[in-house]
Amino acid sequence: MQTFHAEQLSLGYTAEHIIDALDLQLPVGKVTALVGPNGCGKSTLLRGLARLLKPQGGAVLLDGAAIHSLPTKQLAREIGILPQSPVAPEGLTVRELVAQGRYPHQHWFQQWSAEDEQALHSALQLTKLESLAERGVDTLSGGQRQRAWIAMTLAQETNTILLDEPTTFLDLAHQLEVLELVQHLNQQGKTIILVLHDLNHAARCAQHIVALHRGQVIAEGAPQDVIVEDVVRRVFGVESQILRNPVTGQPMCLPIRLAQ
Amino acid sequence: MSTAQLSKPTGTPAAPPSGRGTVARVLGFPLLAALLLLVLVASTAFGAADIEPGVVAESVTHFDDTNTDHLVIRSLRMPRAITAALVGAALAAAGAIMQGLTRNPLADSGLLGIEAGAALAVMVAVLFLNIHSLSGFAVFAFVGAGVSGALVYAIGSMGRGGPTPIKLTIAGAALATLFASVTSLLAILHPLSYNQVRFWMAGSVAGRELELIAQGAVYILVGLSLAILLGRQITTLSLGEDLARGLGLNVLWVKLLAALAVVVLAGTSVALAGPVGFVGLVAPHAVRFFVGLDYRWIIPYGALLGAIFMVLADVVGRVVLRPMELPVGIMTAAIGGPIFIYLVRAKVKR
Repeated sequence: MQTFHAEQLSLGYTAEHIIDALDLQLPVGKVTALVGPNGCGKSTLLRGLARLLKPQGGAVLLDGAAIHSLPTKQLAREIGILPQSPVAPEGLTVRELVAQGRYPHQHWFQQWSAEDEQALHSALQLTKLESLAERGVDTLSGGQRQRAWIAMTLAQETNTILLDEPTTFLDLAHQLEVLELVQHLNQQGKTIILVLHDLNHAARCAQHIVALHRGQVIAEGAPQDVIVEDVVRRVFGVESQILRNPVTGQPMCLPIRLAQ
Repeated sequence: MSTAQLSKPTGTPAAPPSGRGTVARVLGFPLLAALLLLVLVASTAFGAADIEPGVVAESVTHFDDTNTDHLVIRSLRMPRAITAALVGAALAAAGAIMQGLTRNPLADSGLLGIEAGAALAVMVAVLFLNIHSLSGFAVFAFVGAGVSGALVYAIGSMGRGGPTPIKLTIAGAALATLFASVTSLLAILHPLSYNQVRFWMAGSVAGRELELIAQGAVYILVGLSLAILLGRQITTLSLGEDLARGLGLNVLWVKLLAALAVVVLAGTSVALAGPVGFVGLVAPHAVRFFVGLDYRWIIPYGALLGAIFMVLADVVGRVVLRPMELPVGIMTAAIGGPIFIYLVRAKVKR
């Protein structure tokens, strides 16, 4: 993949657009975080980028081709998507779940191939789930479960992975578990686009941040350019102080009070 | 499999490293096929009339059309056994598809209103259109199943997000109740006409004409083939629609084809046997214990088990209160209910 961008993209569930005529470039090879308040359209945008939502105007272009006109199975070999809070059928094992990621690489009646087995194995290895492969997904901890779902998208062997709020409902350690995995995958060469609630999480794991408010991009760029007091006020309606994380050197947002 | 997993009291043998249920998947087919053959033989051997096993065998090997016993076996018992097997297989496959599609473990053609719609159509045919033959019932049952299936789909598709599992289930359950109450109302208003369909309404596989069975068999075999071909797609869809779409599944097509398979299977089975409960629920769940959650295995093995269960229920219904006969629909509930509760409890304990 060379380029991934949205052109005059309009998205919505009714006649009213949540995202209206949006132009957005998504840098290849980087971690991009979409941030913004509840209802700002960040999840809607992610669903649009993953062709789960059909554009009401404009297009999402992958190497210049509109993704909605590409065969869905072909696109599934280019882009993987993990929706928010997925639920596995009761009793499904990690191995069985991850194996489902091979769907776009298989055809009717085709047997499980050595290639499939290899992809499954490396997905389990990357997510450190080998020892849990035969466990039921519903018996895992929140962080392990999220890793299992990410492993499924890894078995898909796509260059780009989209994650919708992968840290929501997880406790602190499990959140870090997922964020570290995201960084690790990026170091392996994956382009990752994820929706995050927490600005500090975004600063920690993303090289590119897109701040959205009411479907509009308020700011985009490197963390130190986006996480500034003015942007936080306009996007979240919160007065804040931006500090420097003494460990990573990344900006850190300290909320002070609601903006007037 | 890790040692921690082995030490867990799972109640089932440890799965081989190549994946769960491999042994069951390999041995399951010959085992279930043998069992099906066994119950089919039992179904032809037992009945209201006492016929020696030797005579039963003779009726197959040296058929004599002047021998009453031979005639009973050839024209009554064999068609009956085959009808039960076909209907059981169809209901189980339809139930499995619906459970995968709606991600609701309780889904089957009973819960989703398809059987109730078929029953109402037959009631209307008897009361207002003076239809009294079984083949007449069959046509209306089929149409009723199709119409109620389409209605459930249409109502479940309204609003944001299209036909989501939860909306389909609610629409199905609501329509099932509505159809059932209209059917009861008609039964109360027209008690004499209701008497004609009482036995049919309880579910029965007795006395079906060969021609009707042959027609039904064609539909059911087509429906079963479609269901089995959709197995992989339904497994992927059971992870959720967004995920399946993200994996490159054409969700709309799969849902439409699966809905078609369900209407053909459930419609034909109601046409042949009336509304029969519990087979669509119990058989797929029972095979899941052995072959896992992959619908490529659940559908064919569920169909085989459904056939066995239905034939067995029919045999038991014939022998428990001899010479009286219990409708198979009552027997499937009487046998299936306790089995189902046992399965659920066993699963909860694990």
